[in-house]
Amino acid sequence: MKKRNLRSLIALGFASTFVLAACGGEDAEETVDTTDTSETTEDTTEESSANGEFSVVMVTDIGGVDDKSFNQSAWEGMEAWGEEHGLEEGSDGYTYIQSDDDSQFVTNLNTALQSDFDLIYGIGYKLQPAMADVATQNPDQHFVIIDEVIEEDNVASVLFKDHEAAFLAGVAAAETTQTDYVGFVGGQESAVIDRFEAGFVAGVEAVNEDITVDVQYAGSFGDAATGKQIAAGMFSNGADIIYHASGDTGNGVFSEAIDRMNAGSDNDLWVIGVDRDQSEEGNYSDGNLTLTSTIKGVGQAVQDLANQSMEGNFPGGEISNFGLADDGVDLVQGNLSDEAWASVEEYRQQIIDGEIEVPEAPQ
Amino acid sequence: MNVTAVLQNVIASALIYSAPLILTALGGTFSERSGIVNVGLEGIMVMGAFSSVVFNLAMADTFGSLTPWIGMLVGGAIGFVFSFFHAVATVHWRADHIISGTVINLMAPALAVFLTNIIYGARQTDFIKARFGFFTFPVLSDIPFIGPILFTNTSLPAFVGIGIAILCWFLLFKTKFGLRLRSVGEHPQAADTLGINVYLMKYAGVLLSGFLGGMGGAIQAQAIASNFSASTIAGQGFISMAAMIFGKWNPLGAMGAAIFFGFAQSLAVTGNYIPVIQDIPSVWLQVAPYIITILALVFVIGKSRGPAANGKTYIKSK
Repeated sequence: MKKRNLRSLIALGFASTFVLAACGGEDAEETVDTTDTSETTEDTTEESSANGEFSVVMVTDIGGVDDKSFNQSAWEGMEAWGEEHGLEEGSDGYTYIQSDDDSQFVTNLNTALQSDFDLIYGIGYKLQPAMADVATQNPDQHFVIIDEVIEEDNVASVLFKDHEAAFLAGVAAAETTQTDYVGFVGGQESAVIDRFEAGFVAGVEAVNEDITVDVQYAGSFGDAATGKQIAAGMFSNGADIIYHASGDTGNGVFSEAIDRMNAGSDNDLWVIGVDRDQSEEGNYSDGNLTLTSTIKGVGQAVQDLANQSMEGNFPGGEISNFGLADDGVDLVQGNLSDEAWASVEEYRQQIIDGEIEVPEAPQ
Repeated sequence: MNVTAVLQNVIASALIYSAPLILTALGGTFSERSGIVNVGLEGIMVMGAFSSVVFNLAMADTFGSLTPWIGMLVGGAIGFVFSFFHAVATVHWRADHIISGTVINLMAPALAVFLTNIIYGARQTDFIKARFGFFTFPVLSDIPFIGPILFTNTSLPAFVGIGIAILCWFLLFKTKFGLRLRSVGEHPQAADTLGINVYLMKYAGVLLSGFLGGMGGAIQAQAIASNFSASTIAGQGFISMAAMIFGKWNPLGAMGAAIFFGFAQSLAVTGNYIPVIQDIPSVWLQVAPYIITILALVFVIGKSRGPAANGKTYIKSK
């Protein structure tokens, strides 16, 4: 008895420690397991809902519509769209379904199906496997996947040229650094974060090839402790600006920079925020250390797709790319000096004009 | 980076990472020494982190730089209250310890995020203003070589944790209370016949673990994450349990194991800047903490034995 208890305890401790410490989004198997759509597929209707009004719904990535980031931006876009067309929030107009866990994606997509929405959005690349399954089984329903690609005739894919905004962040960093050494902290290695890394590195090199770019990955989007340690390493090694594309892991990067500034750092340290204006995170006792932030206009994309779909031009099977030119991504001025900002503006124009081709994958 | 800077960085990073683990592992030690398995440490940390951040955001203007310390005590108090459920369930209602602890782990994050949503209208709080930050020891930091490495820009909560570990060791092994607590975990029947209030001691063990675990969560939130969200506590409670087992249910051992985990993690991250180590592919560095932990656990665990009556429900009349 004693031995068994001890063993089960150890086993549990072990398993939990490593599962949670690795804290991955690798729940693909789990989502496949829950793909029991036999009951719900029959409920799928043809076009448009009962009262003839056009209705849309979004299934969020993990995190709610008030996450100050991706989901919130998408929801704000949807609200603006609904207001524009005089629709009510609810199942006849526009609404959202929140996911708290990877395993809920399929369930939530099926809930959306049952309520006969004309258009179902999946916000975030993590919904890709779930939506691909559901979309194949319901060929008459229109879907939109954000940040990923699903090659089905009833799915429109939306990608953002994150690399273009990251390029501008690289320019901003290169124009600001005093130590000629900047850092990049990524969450998990993936196609999306690759774009951030590639753009940032290219942006720095475009301004000055002699600047070192230190690229590190935390292996998680929710591990502030590791983020803080990575930032500590970079700052100790001489970096003075870090761009993070790592979700909550980035909180640790901000913490480290703030602690160092509060303790009296030799250099002025800066952090570049991601996906939304993170200036609030950069407040410390003597000022603000958020240099700037790259922002992602998910809301704009949500509105555009809803309008196209409403007019009967649903871009099924196509990939829409939103970049600097169509306000899909951008860089805010934040604490950038006027010279740095002027340089950013210059490069922005060159990218929009097509004079600079920003790489999407690290070289 | 020169040698001093490298060492300073590795050690400071390790201590910052370890501080929450030290206190939580100490909490686990008290609970298990009294015979109650507490897998709910993770959930208790969540509640501690949540309450300390709420306190910090509300009271930072009043208490200034003392705020995180008071926040730590607030986190401890809430952890204390929260662990009470575990104590009642396992001691009086004779519930399975693992199940009760798991319930706490499932309940705490949901409750904390729900309350965050009610209070702040969002699923995470704002960033706190008063933080633990770095601490440089006066006098000690002037010692040549050791001073800059150990006592400059480091984590004060970690040193406080080390102090508390020594205190806990004294309490557990040198006082009447400690002897009684341990005897209840080893052989409650015998302890009962000697007139020790077994249930009271078990309550004491669990509630102490709640207090220390809550403080651990508060440190994690106020020194590392800077705000509270669902990902503020991501496995730290379980790592602390591993540290407690690794440390053979001894406060000093648990503390050492927690620092060891922090050190392995820190080396993995900082290794990129240390000559020789930086030539190792980064994938190996990233998995190193886990491999080292497995190896250490496998080789040490063979000799590590918990309290004899750990995890068993004691029924007085039998």
